[in-house]
Amino acid sequence: MTQIIVVTSGKGGVGKTTSSAAIATGLALQGHKTVVIDFDIGLRNLDLIMGCERRVVYDFVNVINGEANLNQALIKDKRCSNLYVLPASQTRDKDALTKEGVGKVLDDLAKDFEYIICDSPAGIEQGAMMALYFADVAIVTTNPEVSSVRDSDRILGMLQSRSRRAEQNLEPIKEFLLLTRYSPARAKTGEMLSVEDVEEILAIKLLGVIPESQAVLKASNSGVPVIVDQESDAGLAYSDTVERLLGKDVPLRFIEEEKKGFLKRIFGS
Amino acid sequence: MSKPNVELKATSFTLSVLYINHPSIDVVSQELDKKLAQAPQFFLGAPLILNLSAINQSEIDIAELKQCLSDKQLIIVGITDANDALAKQAKNCGLAVVKSGKQAPQPQLPKRDTKIVKQNVRSGQQIYAKDSDLVVFGAVGNGAEVIADGSIHIYGALRGKAMAGAGGDNNSIIIASQLQAELVSIAGQYWLAEHLQQYQIEKRGCVRLSGDTLLVESLPE
Ligand SMILES: Nc1ncnc2c1ncn2[C@@H]1O[C@H](COP(=O)(O)OP(=O)(O)OP(=O)(O)O)[C@@H](O)[C@H]1O
Ligand SMILES: [Mg+2]
Repeated sequence: MTQIIVVTSGKGGVGKTTSSAAIATGLALQGHKTVVIDFDIGLRNLDLIMGCERRVVYDFVNVINGEANLNQALIKDKRCSNLYVLPASQTRDKDALTKEGVGKVLDDLAKDFEYIICDSPAGIEQGAMMALYFADVAIVTTNPEVSSVRDSDRILGMLQSRSRRAEQNLEPIKEFLLLTRYSPARAKTGEMLSVEDVEEILAIKLLGVIPESQAVLKASNSGVPVIVDQESDAGLAYSDTVERLLGKDVPLRFIEEEKKGFLKRIFGS
Repeated sequence: MSKPNVELKATSFTLSVLYINHPSIDVVSQELDKKLAQAPQFFLGAPLILNLSAINQSEIDIAELKQCLSDKQLIIVGITDANDALAKQAKNCGLAVVKSGKQAPQPQLPKRDTKIVKQNVRSGQQIYAKDSDLVVFGAVGNGAEVIADGSIHIYGALRGKAMAGAGGDNNSIIIASQLQAELVSIAGQYWLAEHLQQYQIEKRGCVRLSGDTLLVESLPE
């Protein structure tokens, strides 16, 4: 059975696209045939992070409008043969995404793919609603700060009331919390919320904690999803996240403040 | 205050019911005489209700029947199970028309249901329990609203708004296992977060009305 996974948040800039790219790549590297779809019509980001922006010819909206077929629009990843990207259009507006159109494309993709990752735009408008509507699983991407947590709570309400599964009274969407840009030091001083704080407020299962990391910016500048960088803390944390998504029990890492070495303690860092 | 001179109280009594099974007063009278001869003490002075279900189809003069029974020292207080015509006659000669306990509709208590929400109420969601109490098994998040005409019980944290007694019921209360609300209100009297914070109740608490001011009490753990 194909699983449709939406990466969503409500609030903008929390790391949805970074996470969509990393998780899609991680699933594909584990041998699962995966496609990642950019629902952020008009902005187009995912193709940059995936490093395939130069190969975009047709996009999601072209397929919905019947101007191109899926095979023409899907971009095969350079590194991983199991991975495909369906890019967003830069020229259309969000209303191009209709329930029928999106549903049809997802149905077609489900014939070929095990995982369909939907990279949601920020907000609670049409694009975000379409990204979550057909989902089986939601990865609620949240930063450890009050406004992000509140928007995530809002999105959880939408998942429970405005999704296909809610409307048709099916088993509810499986909801997971992905805490991104986490800084243990700042959580400790109370500058940011801690893992426990966020878990308590949102009360959904924690899928992973991704530390705030230089590696993310480096990765997106070079068009390589950060999960490929297995030297980096963020890359490893995304790998763990994918393991948990696949049902494995992996302990959390990078949630305690790094112990400074003797020299660092004396001279500062 | 002195005791009022008149008081109305509902009390129930058990009455004997005399079933009139024949439309002819003569027949009834004769048969009754025999019965009374067997057990005169039993009937004497006892209030009786007449059940007329068997003679509902017949014409009978209730006043005459009443007179006949009174002559035998029976005290008739009312009739039951009569059709409309017989009931009207009965009323005209000062008899009560009563319904037996089984037929009488149960006294209607003001109806108050309980609405149960088995999950968290999320930011942006609003739940209204019309004419009922509201029980939330989860938390009520910041930016979420729960409203009930009755009381509200929240088994998780209350971080959003809760309005009990929305229909004006002063006796409604709000209970939450963590009282960190943006607003609580009972029958229109409300407090905002700042006011609530003075009470330092982060733990289990109960909000209710005392007179027309709100009162917050912490509950035992
Ligand atoms: N773990 C991290 N550490 C450091 N920077 C991060 C991390 N995750 C994301 N970022 C940075 O945050 C910014 C926003 O990330 P991203 O584009 O993935 O968010 P988004 O939720 O998709 O945003 P939008 O709502 O605009 O679609 C980017 O500059 C990205 O490099
Ligand atoms: Mg994005």
